[in-house]
Amino acid sequence: MSLLLELRGLLKLYAQQFKTTFASMVQYRASLLIWMISQVLEPLVYLIVWSTVSNGSGGSVGGYTARGFAAYYLALMLVNQVTYTWIMWEYEYRVRQGLLSAALLKPVHPIHSDISDNLSSKLITLPILLVIVGILSLIFHPAAATAWWAVLAFLPALALAFLVRFLIEWTLALAAFWTTRVNAINQVYFILMLFLAGQIAPLTLFPRWLQIVADILPFRWMLGFPVELLLGRLTPVQALEGLGAQAAWLILSLVLIRSIWRAGVRVYSAVGA
Amino acid sequence: MPEPAIHLHELCKTYRVPERESGMGAAVKSLFHRRMQDIKAVDGLTFDVAPGEIVGFLGPNGAGKTTTLKMLSGLLHPTGGEGRVLGAIPWQRERAFLRQITLVMGQRNQLVWDIPAADSFELNRAIYRLPAADFRRTLDELTGLLELGPLLKKPVRNLSLGERMKCEIAAALLHRPKVVFLDEPTIGLDVTMQRRIRSFIAEYNRRSGATVLLTSHYMADVEALCKRVIVIHHGRLLFDGDLSALVQKFTAHKTIVVQLEDCQADLHTYGEVLNCEDGRFTLKVPKARTARVTERLLADLPVIDLLVEDPPIEEVIDTVFTQEAG
Repeated sequence: MSLLLELRGLLKLYAQQFKTTFASMVQYRASLLIWMISQVLEPLVYLIVWSTVSNGSGGSVGGYTARGFAAYYLALMLVNQVTYTWIMWEYEYRVRQGLLSAALLKPVHPIHSDISDNLSSKLITLPILLVIVGILSLIFHPAAATAWWAVLAFLPALALAFLVRFLIEWTLALAAFWTTRVNAINQVYFILMLFLAGQIAPLTLFPRWLQIVADILPFRWMLGFPVELLLGRLTPVQALEGLGAQAAWLILSLVLIRSIWRAGVRVYSAVGA
Repeated sequence: MPEPAIHLHELCKTYRVPERESGMGAAVKSLFHRRMQDIKAVDGLTFDVAPGEIVGFLGPNGAGKTTTLKMLSGLLHPTGGEGRVLGAIPWQRERAFLRQITLVMGQRNQLVWDIPAADSFELNRAIYRLPAADFRRTLDELTGLLELGPLLKKPVRNLSLGERMKCEIAAALLHRPKVVFLDEPTIGLDVTMQRRIRSFIAEYNRRSGATVLLTSHYMADVEALCKRVIVIHHGRLLFDGDLSALVQKFTAHKTIVVQLEDCQADLHTYGEVLNCEDGRFTLKVPKARTARVTERLLADLPVIDLLVEDPPIEEVIDTVFTQEAG
């Protein structure tokens, strides 16, 4: 019963935060558009490079044709759009400016407003991205041999990818409690993400040992896996294994976030909030 | 004796800060070996505040006031001693505790910059899980007391400093906290706005029975609101008692303003002449001699009017701090 009340309270908070973010975001339409362009541009560059390579090497690289790459990168754009966060850039500012104090005085965990803030901004940007992807589809003619079950499994995979990526990036952002040089950590993280999540190239193009590394680390499960799943490049067993890996990372990141948050707050409240 | 709303016993907070000399050599050295320095911000504070009391918490910059308020509101862990607010240990930051307190810090904003304050208030309603009817009632009351009406619909960034402060205070009180910590609530505001906020705090305290611990550099705030003051310096308690007792304890002098027919009179034998204008003299006299000097003035000179006063409270506080520092 109390759990139900708790959930209801949280839902109300999410709804309200949603309205708040929406209201503030529509005031920054220009910067939103610029941000979106950068989000689209990076995969677009890879898409063009890999299509050229595949056309040059007899129509296919590692099982991807030019149209296969188009499908891969357009799907990646969408999945990335749904799962990305900007929290790692924001936390240092919060800690340095003392903005966290206001959040710590509130009787609710600050992650909740960050999650709903993130989701509501996505709701504004996603329709625009869908239009962009639609236009790009007309230009690049993506092709994929997907199956109905894969599309169905894609939805929970996408949700889990969002949650795992959010929790892990939120946890990493807490580094700001210990150091003012979070940019170094961010750089390393984004490079790992670039290679091991399937951003720079589909993971099947990498050597076998790197694919094993990618399977062990969380990055693939935050981005590449839902994309491969949607495009019908995985067997049902691989899909189930993937969902299992995502679930495992979800539990692990929940445990991590809890202990690191507590330790971080202890540090924050020791040195002066 | 009811349980105190706020209770401190030997509360301490020591910050460890890296100590480093300037220059390249010192910078390189600090790479390998960091010397740490302990700074005692709060050094064994003990006091109680009863429910419903308004207490002025005074001290010069760096005395440890804000550090104390942050510990009492759960933002800082103390390094020693104990503290209780409404029976809870603040730095455990239990939700039930956080729901019953508020901390307003001068320039910190909890309002969302780009949207009207009314929307931020709604967010607070969701955060504190306030029933719609209660929220409405409190908001109406605060809107009336602080005259927020026309401000609520404007984006916060378009409000003046004073208007924003009023909205900040309202946002901090929507959940009807039982204990209110105010850190410089009137800083940077013009006199009219200061007065309005002051009378609001008094009225809020009267209506809600909330306990208020307030720091301010404006003695007018303290005089208007606080019967009792707590003065700290270097993190230690210097005085705890009635404002009038503070004045009695720390002033060695009184001022005598005397109006004479004779504008040319020389009064320096009676005391230090602070001011003299059209026969109106202001004398500074040691407290113990006030009665004697008054008597002599009245006997010796053609006095039209005579007034004995305590020095202004600012001056008293100033004396307290400089005495301690010296």
